[in-house]
Amino acid sequence: MNTTLGTRIAPRPLGLSESWRRRLPLLPALVFTILLTQVPFVMSIWYSLTDWKVVPPTPRQFVGLGNYGKLVSDHFFRQAAWTSIELTVVPVLGSILLGTAFALLLDRKFFGQGLVRTLLITPFLLMPVVVGLIWKNQMFHGLYGVINWVIEKLGGTPVEFISRYPTWAIAATLIWQWTPFMMLIILAGLQSQPGDVLEAAKVDGATPFGIFRQLTLGHLRPYMELGILLGTVYLIQVYDQVAVMTGGGPGSTNLPYFVFERSIGGGWDFGRASSYSIVVVIASIIIATVALRVLSGLLKGEEIA
Amino acid sequence: MSDGPSPRVVGESRSVNGAFGLLAWVVGLAYFFPVFWMVLNSFKSELDANASPKLFFHPTLDRYRDVTKSTTGLLSFGEAFTNSAVVVLVSTLIVLTLAIPAAYALAIRPVAKWRDVLFFFISTKFLPVVASVLPIWILAKNLNLLNTRMALIILYTGINLPLAVWMLRSFFREIPRELIEAAEIDGAGLKGQLTSIILPMAAPGIAATALLCVIFAWNEFFYAVQLNPVQGSTVPIWVTTNISTRGDFLAKLSAASVLACIPVVLAGWIAQKRMIRGLAMGAIK
Repeated sequence: MNTTLGTRIAPRPLGLSESWRRRLPLLPALVFTILLTQVPFVMSIWYSLTDWKVVPPTPRQFVGLGNYGKLVSDHFFRQAAWTSIELTVVPVLGSILLGTAFALLLDRKFFGQGLVRTLLITPFLLMPVVVGLIWKNQMFHGLYGVINWVIEKLGGTPVEFISRYPTWAIAATLIWQWTPFMMLIILAGLQSQPGDVLEAAKVDGATPFGIFRQLTLGHLRPYMELGILLGTVYLIQVYDQVAVMTGGGPGSTNLPYFVFERSIGGGWDFGRASSYSIVVVIASIIIATVALRVLSGLLKGEEIA
Repeated sequence: MSDGPSPRVVGESRSVNGAFGLLAWVVGLAYFFPVFWMVLNSFKSELDANASPKLFFHPTLDRYRDVTKSTTGLLSFGEAFTNSAVVVLVSTLIVLTLAIPAAYALAIRPVAKWRDVLFFFISTKFLPVVASVLPIWILAKNLNLLNTRMALIILYTGINLPLAVWMLRSFFREIPRELIEAAEIDGAGLKGQLTSIILPMAAPGIAATALLCVIFAWNEFFYAVQLNPVQGSTVPIWVTTNISTRGDFLAKLSAASVLACIPVVLAGWIAQKRMIRGLAMGAIK
């Protein structure tokens, strides 16, 4: 087996070739990861090809792509898919814009810089369940919520945010929690900017706005892409905030919540629920392919260095 | 983050900088407001919390007493924190045990195609948990692991392992090659190199990695609620038990939330510089 791996180094006393000696420390982590991620994934694909209701127990039957055929006409699925898109795109864009603005603010010297940064990163450290619950119960609350208090002070009428605008309420909450993450990535980008180039531009008489548009933005691009892509793969999976803020419903049931509802959450239709989850995977794979291309571009630079 | 003065401020007037500093403070305080308000609410009586927002009130620790005293039947504070502590610490230890050798094999004496392996690890993070939760639930059920700490320990190890490998690799790469080669010439094997050079030199990076693992595992809700709804439940689930359908609960919920978030927020505040590097640079380098 060792010879096929093309190593030219003589086997060590242990009987392991150099390439296997190198590989050995990697194997436990690799095997664990494969067992825990790939095996369930393959099982999910198999489930999605069957008609299988667990409660009441019915015999599992192979139906091929039948579950996927039904997806197209499934009104609830389409609604959940659309909600998933909204609950991913809006928070990602909102948090990258806000995160960039915050990073630009923090990238200057001022009194108490470290303290302001600490304030700004805190939402990202909070438990997602807690974030959902405090926004629901203290910020968006129809009677005692802080936002409605402000609206009333300004002469407006209070709004039941959670029941009237569930998608926007959850999206706003997600933006609040994810902006610090984007801010940190952009900040890392800003601080890796070569100072001499900026200095030269300044000497040449470039305006601060000109410098930002022509130099900084170009330099930040890979960082923004990375933030958007990582944010997307995490936000497409959001479950916690949906579960605690609305517990599902039109405009807030996204695909992960829908899968849960239709399976262990009470639907017990494992066959069809699996087909929903495979759709989420396909969407994620498309995004991840782009993400990995960006990452590999960043890693290429490392080899030259 | 604030290493050395930024060259950008040269030539800009003091007042412009002052104005930006002020703006940053206003933004920071406004952004932090929901957290501040949660902490404030946790010291109120339910009557004060469930009223028009008030800044001045008679502070009390009673809500903290309410949420920490054992309630009959439901998940208690003590149980939830013990479960969380065990699950988080054990899974983080397993992650490090598996990830440190793996990172060595990807950074220091890299295997062939190390980049593909690295991408495989990180790509598993892109696989949504919904795609695996049904098979995992069925497997756990068949193995009698539902409602056990073991189920969560295994799953949280799986969640954090790819990230840990990724981050540790970037930290290990920064160790000077000459040191490792010198140890090798002295006849140190993997174990010797790890204990004499790599672990001491990468200790801050390893700590940052462990901290991120702790944060993700401590805050995890989805698997916990799916697999352990009855027993072995963790802190996020305990927080939700403080919501009641009858009567006011905001002050109690706030107190529970503060307790649930304190360990991770404090750790995050203390280690923020390293964590920022780990999060941002670990993902890039």
